[in-house]
Amino acid sequence: MYTTELDKQKQPPEGANVTAIDGAEDPALVEAFEARVAADEFIEPKDWMPEAYRKTLVRQISQHAHSEIVGMLPEGNWITRAPSLRRKAILLAKVQDEGGHGLYLYCAAETLGTSREEMIEALHSGKAKYSTIFNYPTLTWADIAAIGWLVDGAAIMNQVPLQRASYGPYARAMVRVCKEESFHQRQGYEAMLVLANGTPEQKRMAQDAINRWWWPSLMMFGPPDDQSPNTERSMRWRIKRETNDELRQKFVDITVPQAEFAGLTVPDPDLSWNEAKGGYDFGEIDWEEFYAVVRGEGPVAKERMKARRDAWEDGAWVREAADAHEAKKAARKVA
Amino acid sequence: MSDWPLWEVFVRAKGGLSHRHVGSVHAPDREMALNHARDTYTRRLEGVSLWVVKSSDIVASDPDQSGPTFEPAADKVYRHPTFYEIPDEVKHI
Repeated sequence: MYTTELDKQKQPPEGANVTAIDGAEDPALVEAFEARVAADEFIEPKDWMPEAYRKTLVRQISQHAHSEIVGMLPEGNWITRAPSLRRKAILLAKVQDEGGHGLYLYCAAETLGTSREEMIEALHSGKAKYSTIFNYPTLTWADIAAIGWLVDGAAIMNQVPLQRASYGPYARAMVRVCKEESFHQRQGYEAMLVLANGTPEQKRMAQDAINRWWWPSLMMFGPPDDQSPNTERSMRWRIKRETNDELRQKFVDITVPQAEFAGLTVPDPDLSWNEAKGGYDFGEIDWEEFYAVVRGEGPVAKERMKARRDAWEDGAWVREAADAHEAKKAARKVA
Repeated sequence: MSDWPLWEVFVRAKGGLSHRHVGSVHAPDREMALNHARDTYTRRLEGVSLWVVKSSDIVASDPDQSGPTFEPAADKVYRHPTFYEIPDEVKHI
């Protein structure tokens, strides 16, 4: 899963900050860095990099990691209620993957000089953001199918270009994530097909899920390009390879035929094929809703954070036991 | 509680290949580092052997010094076989 780079404020106050930092940096180093990035070279952890590049990456990668971790919650809710043993095993594997993705990404962020502890603390205190998509509820089993198909589908669209991100550890983490993500999307679409071809009630459930998940999935690509102030710089730095609107369009173009195949209706009366552009025209996204969810007003934002903090606190004894075990062994070695 | 130490993880994909760096994990001790490495990096038969090494035990060259470090190799073309001119008539060399 993936989060678009979101700031608590629409326009980060960092702009001023960045100039100040840039001013203090050696112009020759900055120039050499920009040239390397422009030539599609990879930047590695100990290489010199502008402070703003480092900061932006820490924010982007850690938000991405948080999204993977929080993304386990809505699906984890359904493990005990999966409709068959097969679906249960699949869902368990998928949730475990999401945890793994979070770990790859936290490690990538740590190479930039932040610590795991700081990042977890930022998530739990509400200081850090994660993808808006996880603040919507999963009401029925069809929602789990829709998440795999649409949410992971949107995530793949976002993540594939990031395999060529300029920061080596991030790009390598993305390669692993993308390899695993395809299973997530396919199992979701398959589960959706089963429902769409099932009883009238199952079909209604499938349609209801796409009705609720379609628009939030389109929002995952982030604000429109003309309202995405950091896009230009991030594209130049190769930590974003395609704009939000480009990716959103691609997602609509490949997903609509999949919905049609399943006999499901995309909940957008303005959706129509545009022969001239070779893509779909689609309706206006409710950006007010998007910004409200970014601000933390999503339908289940509070529940998600509570579940996350509870999991951390309830698991404290395991971490303490591991520490105690290590201490005991170390003491034995000395003796 | 502060973070557990960081361990770098290396996986041998199959016999005949070297171990290759794949990422890192936090763990309080070596056994748990190995367990975490298995769960995190080999969920899909990615390997037949795992190494974990405490990150702090790795000694690395300084990228800012990569010029002086590796430059001496640049002007020694005679270390490559193509430097030598051998007449076409001579075979198997």
